[in-house]
Amino acid sequence: MPEPGRALPQPTPETQHFWDGTKAGELRLQRCDDCRHVYFPPRPFCPKCGTRKVSVFAASGKAILDSYVIHHRKVPGFEPPYAIAVVKLDEGPRMMTNIVECPQTPEALQLDMPLEVVFAQQNDAITLPFFRPTRG
Amino acid sequence: MPHNTVAVVGAAETTKLGVIPDMSQIQLHADAALNAMADCGLKPKDIDGVATAGETPVQIAHYLGITPTWVDGTAVGGCSFMIHVRHAAAAIEAGLAKTILVTHGESGRSRVGNPPRSVPPSSLNGQFEQPFGPMGPPSLFPIPVLRYMKTYGVTHEQIAMVSVVQREWAAKNPRATFRDPITVEDVLNSRMIAYPFRLLQCCLVTDGGGALILTSAERAKDFPTKPVYILGTGESVETPMVSQMESFTSSRAFSVAGPTAFREAGIKHSDVDHLMIYDAFAHLPLFGLEDLGFVPRGEAGRFIAERNTAPGSKLPLNTNGGGLSYMHSGMYGMYALQESVRQMRGTAPAQIPAAKVSVCHGVGGMFAASGTIIFSNQKP
Ligand SMILES: [Zn+2]
Repeated sequence: MPEPGRALPQPTPETQHFWDGTKAGELRLQRCDDCRHVYFPPRPFCPKCGTRKVSVFAASGKAILDSYVIHHRKVPGFEPPYAIAVVKLDEGPRMMTNIVECPQTPEALQLDMPLEVVFAQQNDAITLPFFRPTRG
Repeated sequence: MPHNTVAVVGAAETTKLGVIPDMSQIQLHADAALNAMADCGLKPKDIDGVATAGETPVQIAHYLGITPTWVDGTAVGGCSFMIHVRHAAAAIEAGLAKTILVTHGESGRSRVGNPPRSVPPSSLNGQFEQPFGPMGPPSLFPIPVLRYMKTYGVTHEQIAMVSVVQREWAAKNPRATFRDPITVEDVLNSRMIAYPFRLLQCCLVTDGGGALILTSAERAKDFPTKPVYILGTGESVETPMVSQMESFTSSRAFSVAGPTAFREAGIKHSDVDHLMIYDAFAHLPLFGLEDLGFVPRGEAGRFIAERNTAPGSKLPLNTNGGGLSYMHSGMYGMYALQESVRQMRGTAPAQIPAAKVSVCHGVGGMFAASGTIIFSNQKP
């Protein structure tokens, strides 16, 4: 039996657009048509003002490293030590992710460093958004 | 709602704490409940209200042979029991019940008779956190720490002192799991769990339970135990996902629950003789001290490192040794409440002389929820 891989999301009707987006190479967020609040995770209404008038849009994919831990225990699908990070997107919301193409050390992982999204296909249905240090 | 009209009259932990492989989770609830009833001379037929988390109030009422007129199954993690106390006080004031039992029991280490932990992959946590490799609280709860340290210039050594000072308190407590002194070097050389936190900055995992019995302050006079009055209470919740906290340098749930309790109690910080802040991990006392207004923003690390919460200080904090050294079954809030009650009764192993006011502040989930109870042993 192959080793079990990482836990994968099971999209719901309210989140399907996000996972369709990552598959298509877009990081999709939502914006309130009334109060302009940009929010995450997905839901079909604005958590700030309660209106159902919201739109999906493709975010820039740019972010900064907000905070993280470097996990040292064994988890299916991961080779410790690895960072579990939270990034702050340029559009405002935060999201949990992994930082790739970067040593998983406190020296390499500097808070506030600029990052950009990369998309990593896991299977036919799921592509996860990871972030890497911005190039150039 | 100003309280002081409701009191804790019964309080006890399970007979044993630590590793209890011969008891299932529901029996840990019952063992603590029977001890609390014995503490104040009551039988199950005398109880008309049941609040619990981990098990449902249905399971606990049936198991103990109680026919309640009021139940509360609020289950928001380790501070559920603070919130139960708050709801129980309101229920007694409203006349919904006269004598309320709050129980906790958890086979956190032996895992006898408790459901397996899992995160459904369709939940928001399952979709937007689990795929990135967390494995339980040690991998998630410390996520805000590096941001907090950078914002305020807090050092690893200062945070390590949280564990050192709490071990000093634990050394005074015969029931504490870990009692041998430790140094900052010991903390910073212990096994890395999730950088920046090491083993000695993460809570224990043990088995145990605790129970409280509350009634009106009026009736409390007729009980054999010294009444411990509820002066003020607060509660709130923020987010099930640590990644979605409004801030990584403050807990919104703490900032609502704590000040609400202080307003209800009508006390100042200088009135507080004894403080419990739920310490599943070493940064929680820092966030608690700041969000409850005991110290200015960013100063809690220095405050603890300079021994302002240590034995002999003016603000004794986590005097049982805390979740870091005393015990931690998973939902630690009940043990913090038990220590506050002991301090107000004058029966704590590390008793604070002449303590009159105790603040007990809890967290649930990874900063998901919070509950605060302010106790006093002074007659209303
Ligand atoms: Zn809005």
